[in-house]
Amino acid sequence: MTTDTHSSELPKRRARAWQAALKHPGLLFGGLVLVGMLAMGLLAPLIAPFDPYAQDITKRLIDPVWHPGGGWLHPLGTDHLGRDYLSRMIYGVRISLIIGFTTMLISGLIGSSLGLAAGYFGGRVDRAVMFLVTTRLSMPVILIALSAVALIKGSLTVVIAILGLLLWDRFAVVVRAATQQMRSQDYVTAAECLGCSKAYIIAGEILPNVMPQIIVVATLEMAHAILLEAALSFLGLGVQPPTPSWGLMIAEGRGEMLFSPWITAIPGLALLLLVLAINLVGDGLRDVTAQEQRH
Amino acid sequence: MLVFIVRRLLLAVLVLVTVSAISFTLLQVAGDLAQSIAGDSATVADVEAARRAHGLHRPFIVRYVDWLGSALRGDLGLSFFSREPVVKLIVDGVPITATLGFWAIVVAVAIAVPLGILAALRPNSWIDRLALTLAVIGQAMPSFWLALQMIILFGLMLRWLPISGSGTWQHLVMPVMVLALNAVPGIMRLTRAGMIEVLASDYIRTARAKGLSRWTIVRRHAVRNAIIPVISLAAVQLGFLLGGSIIVEAVFALHGVGHLAWISISRSDFPVVQGIVLMFSLIYVFLTLAADLLNAAIDPRIRLT
Repeated sequence: MTTDTHSSELPKRRARAWQAALKHPGLLFGGLVLVGMLAMGLLAPLIAPFDPYAQDITKRLIDPVWHPGGGWLHPLGTDHLGRDYLSRMIYGVRISLIIGFTTMLISGLIGSSLGLAAGYFGGRVDRAVMFLVTTRLSMPVILIALSAVALIKGSLTVVIAILGLLLWDRFAVVVRAATQQMRSQDYVTAAECLGCSKAYIIAGEILPNVMPQIIVVATLEMAHAILLEAALSFLGLGVQPPTPSWGLMIAEGRGEMLFSPWITAIPGLALLLLVLAINLVGDGLRDVTAQEQRH
Repeated sequence: MLVFIVRRLLLAVLVLVTVSAISFTLLQVAGDLAQSIAGDSATVADVEAARRAHGLHRPFIVRYVDWLGSALRGDLGLSFFSREPVVKLIVDGVPITATLGFWAIVVAVAIAVPLGILAALRPNSWIDRLALTLAVIGQAMPSFWLALQMIILFGLMLRWLPISGSGTWQHLVMPVMVLALNAVPGIMRLTRAGMIEVLASDYIRTARAKGLSRWTIVRRHAVRNAIIPVISLAAVQLGFLLGGSIIVEAVFALHGVGHLAWISISRSDFPVVQGIVLMFSLIYVFLTLAADLLNAAIDPRIRLT
């Protein structure tokens, strides 16, 4: 699979994958939303109209622009401390994306390594890894994450570290199954015959071929991590105030739920849209790579 | 079959011991328990007194073996906060959480399985698209936020349902719906995928060739085969719902085990937290064990692995 004829075909395959991606409505929509959110996070200091931490008690709970009491100065209104809600929303996407991406990297590294080892070596290694997966699955993520965050005191780093150490199970299961399939392929046997080291076979031959599956799981786990962070912060045991985490903003708006329902509605809709976009990209990539394998 | 059962049982026990060790270690090493119990304003002497009072000065391994031994005898210690036995606190919460979990899984299956079957019968039709859209959105929905929006709509604006507490069946409607929606996407996708696979198989073609009606084929042949993996998924989902019930019970102020977990974590009541972790793991391990044995009974090939 990794021969010269293969690499000369690569541009053609890339072009075909792009075409397939453009024809896939879910992937296109998800991709556009994700790019938009990413740009919002990266450009936050440039596009946010106000400082997201600046409080102004005289301007508490201004209505958003679509309400009679609202105006364009604060398009999404202000929260209970008079902070500009649009600016907080823009900075909030950074928190979600950082948590989702870093958690996914940590858990992906742990899970993929375990999955590769289990799938390639089989036998005792496989049994040990599967035991770890079963044990991990029998501990409810939310309960363990809540307890751990409460003990170490919540912060961005702590939430990332804990979720990273918890969300590797799906990577391990999927990569293990994919590796088991790859293991019996001719090119792996050929590499073994040539006397390649085990480390080379795993990293150089198998890993590139299970990468599509890893990427699909990575998107799902990224979405999972973002939702969990929001839930932890909502329960008061995640990212701490005054950080503009969307989950935390929903919790802060609870007191104003009756008269200013938009305070909880806006960050929730943003979360829904972000997670939906990431999931659509994941589903789309799975469809496109599945087509790719049929060619 | 007997060898299979024994091996699965041993595995389950091993998993439980590992989980108990991990949760115990986690809660012991993550911070100074004596400091947490005594509070932030405590003096050094207060912390030392708290350490002695709760036996925290003993070596770690001694405490673990001691705790595990008592746990096996059904004694999970006393709550740091209320001084009541942990087992009693948990047992008091079980009826609410169990009712919530049971109805949530019933509602989830009642929505997801028919929808998955209908979607599989007509791939790419409007009902298939509707089902997939519902699954994608359901997966992306933050459940605590959905709960709040339902409270605003049905509780505060329409005033159809009570927004917190428990007592009547009306109190359970919103929590059950929110919890069920967590489990719908997974069950629906698996039912749909299983049905599509089964409908393309040879024995369905044979059944069709025999001239059986479409409905008989679906009911007697297709659904029965496609439902097997769904049963084990539903069992596993029931375990996951326990985790979800922490959020739902916190939002709706239902005083079940999930609420107890949240409160205990917030006030560093470690014996209770440890007890709940152990209980949730026990239930999950039991459910997967039951699902495995059920599958092994239905499909003899599984027993050989």
